[in-house]
Amino acid sequence: MSLWLVLAVNSVTLGGLLFLLSAGFSLIFGLMRIPNLTHGSFFMLGAYLAASLIQAGLGFWTAALLSGLLVGAFGGVIERLLLRRLAGAELAQVLVTLGLSFMVADVCLKVWTGDPIRIATPPALTGTARVAGLTFPIYRLAISVIAVAFALALWALLDRTRLGAMIRAGVDDPAMARVAGIRVSRLFTIVFCLGAWLAGFAGVIGGPILSVYPGLDQEMLPLALVVVILGGSGSLLGSLVGSLVVGFLYNFGQAMFPELAYVVLFLPMLLVLVVRPHGLFGRQPV
Amino acid sequence: MRYLALAAALLLLGTLPLWAGGIYYVNIASQILFYAVFALAINVLVGYAGLVTLGHAGLFGIAAYTGAQLLNGGHGHAAIAVGALAATLAAAALFAVLALRGTGIGFVMITLAIGQIVWGVAYRWISLTNGDNGVSISGRPSPLGLSLASPASFYWATLGVFLVAIASMAVFVASPFGASVRGTRDQPRRMAALGYHVWLIRFLAFLLSGFWTGVAGLLYLYYNQFVSPQAVSLTASAEALLMVISGGSATLLGPVAGAALVVIMKSVASAYIERWNFVLGAIFVAIVIFVPEGMVPGAVRLGSRALALGRPRVPAALPAADGEARR
Repeated sequence: MSLWLVLAVNSVTLGGLLFLLSAGFSLIFGLMRIPNLTHGSFFMLGAYLAASLIQAGLGFWTAALLSGLLVGAFGGVIERLLLRRLAGAELAQVLVTLGLSFMVADVCLKVWTGDPIRIATPPALTGTARVAGLTFPIYRLAISVIAVAFALALWALLDRTRLGAMIRAGVDDPAMARVAGIRVSRLFTIVFCLGAWLAGFAGVIGGPILSVYPGLDQEMLPLALVVVILGGSGSLLGSLVGSLVVGFLYNFGQAMFPELAYVVLFLPMLLVLVVRPHGLFGRQPV
Repeated sequence: MRYLALAAALLLLGTLPLWAGGIYYVNIASQILFYAVFALAINVLVGYAGLVTLGHAGLFGIAAYTGAQLLNGGHGHAAIAVGALAATLAAAALFAVLALRGTGIGFVMITLAIGQIVWGVAYRWISLTNGDNGVSISGRPSPLGLSLASPASFYWATLGVFLVAIASMAVFVASPFGASVRGTRDQPRRMAALGYHVWLIRFLAFLLSGFWTGVAGLLYLYYNQFVSPQAVSLTASAEALLMVISGGSATLLGPVAGAALVVIMKSVASAYIERWNFVLGAIFVAIVIFVPEGMVPGAVRLGSRALALGRPRVPAALPAADGEARR
């Protein structure tokens, strides 16, 4: 019985991490129509940078904040220097982002070597909590809380602020948004930085449970893709629901069919593609 | 002139093991040929149907793994070829049904996700695929009693398959089916309005692509006598895509030139630098920025620009829209 509960907690934790990762991916895809295949690299890069910053003596949360910002700035540079020139050219965007992800992976391998690095759990959150007679690791609960806080903050940003209204306008109809005086190209940069920052931050807070190792990027990217295919692109709610579904399937799949955990992920994607090809919460493309 | 060039190319290719000066070069040539078959297969989708796939290494791997399992199960070589290709075609049909729910970026993402799932199976389903250690086979087959053990004989067999593949591509491009595939790429709505079944045309193109991918996968298995999850990875899919794009998609010879470029770069680069992945990524970025239409059409464009320097300026047509460049 308690095994299932532990699995459920782990699933929510992974779902929370995936939400942070895929919300940015989904926003970038929804607004800019860019399939950002460097997103997994942002996640991995964030974790590696934080590991180095912590080794240099910074605290966990400072390091998380700082490396998230660094990854966000890196994303901004990519957007400004490369993706900007390729507006509308899907194939070129796929190639450039994929090429960049290979380059980032190789640089990481050179700098941080091939050994897995485990980021230490922040001291305040080590240990376990007893709730209703069951013990839970505090850190995993904390990740879930952080993910919920981010989901609320993102929702408030998109739904309640002027910037959010401009982003939504850009998602709906970029040409009309431009005519209305919104600087859509600046929005692109903001959203891309935001997405990269979220991914990098997710990598850091995922560090204590996943550790960071070469290939982490290519492991996380398909998970984000499945989330977006499930939830529909450009939808925050879709990312949240999709992340939780993927988190549960992945953990329970791994526990019950350890050799087939990846295939279990495939099933809901198959179902959604057949029934609702634009995702559970995505809108029919015009 | 064209026939003369073709005859010269055939002569050169056919006699390659006699003048290449070493087993090493013959083996490189064999690799170029079966990767060229793979690139030609991907070109059907990427170039002619306008559907960018990042999951074809999955199909490639399914062919190789099925072939290896059948071979280790003691089956004959005909059964292996038929079984592996049938499995690949079945997988291609399933992939196509799923991936064709989306077009454009949706198609890319779905194929990427499916490809990674196949990778996950190859890597994790240890009882079936032996996980990271891969599956080895003992010795190359001898179809029709011909031994393929020596590099030269394997090269000739691969050359034969390659020639059939490229001839079938030439027939495909010139056929009404090829024209309808290009039609669904350029004007899907008009094609639908004209009464063509756009989905079915794309589906059949996917199967054609899957078939030759399977053939390439089998050749890969026979060449290496080993297959591991590395052959199924996203990097492998991306490399194959790079062959198509770098050579020039939707051209007949572009993917072949691209395969040669990537294989040679990889062998040369790996002799001098250990960072092949970095180079691969850098080439992607460079190609997109400098020669977005690929090397073969790009060379045609740059060449014609150089020729045009001496002549009075006329507005140049885009090479991609030119019938000659496509062929």
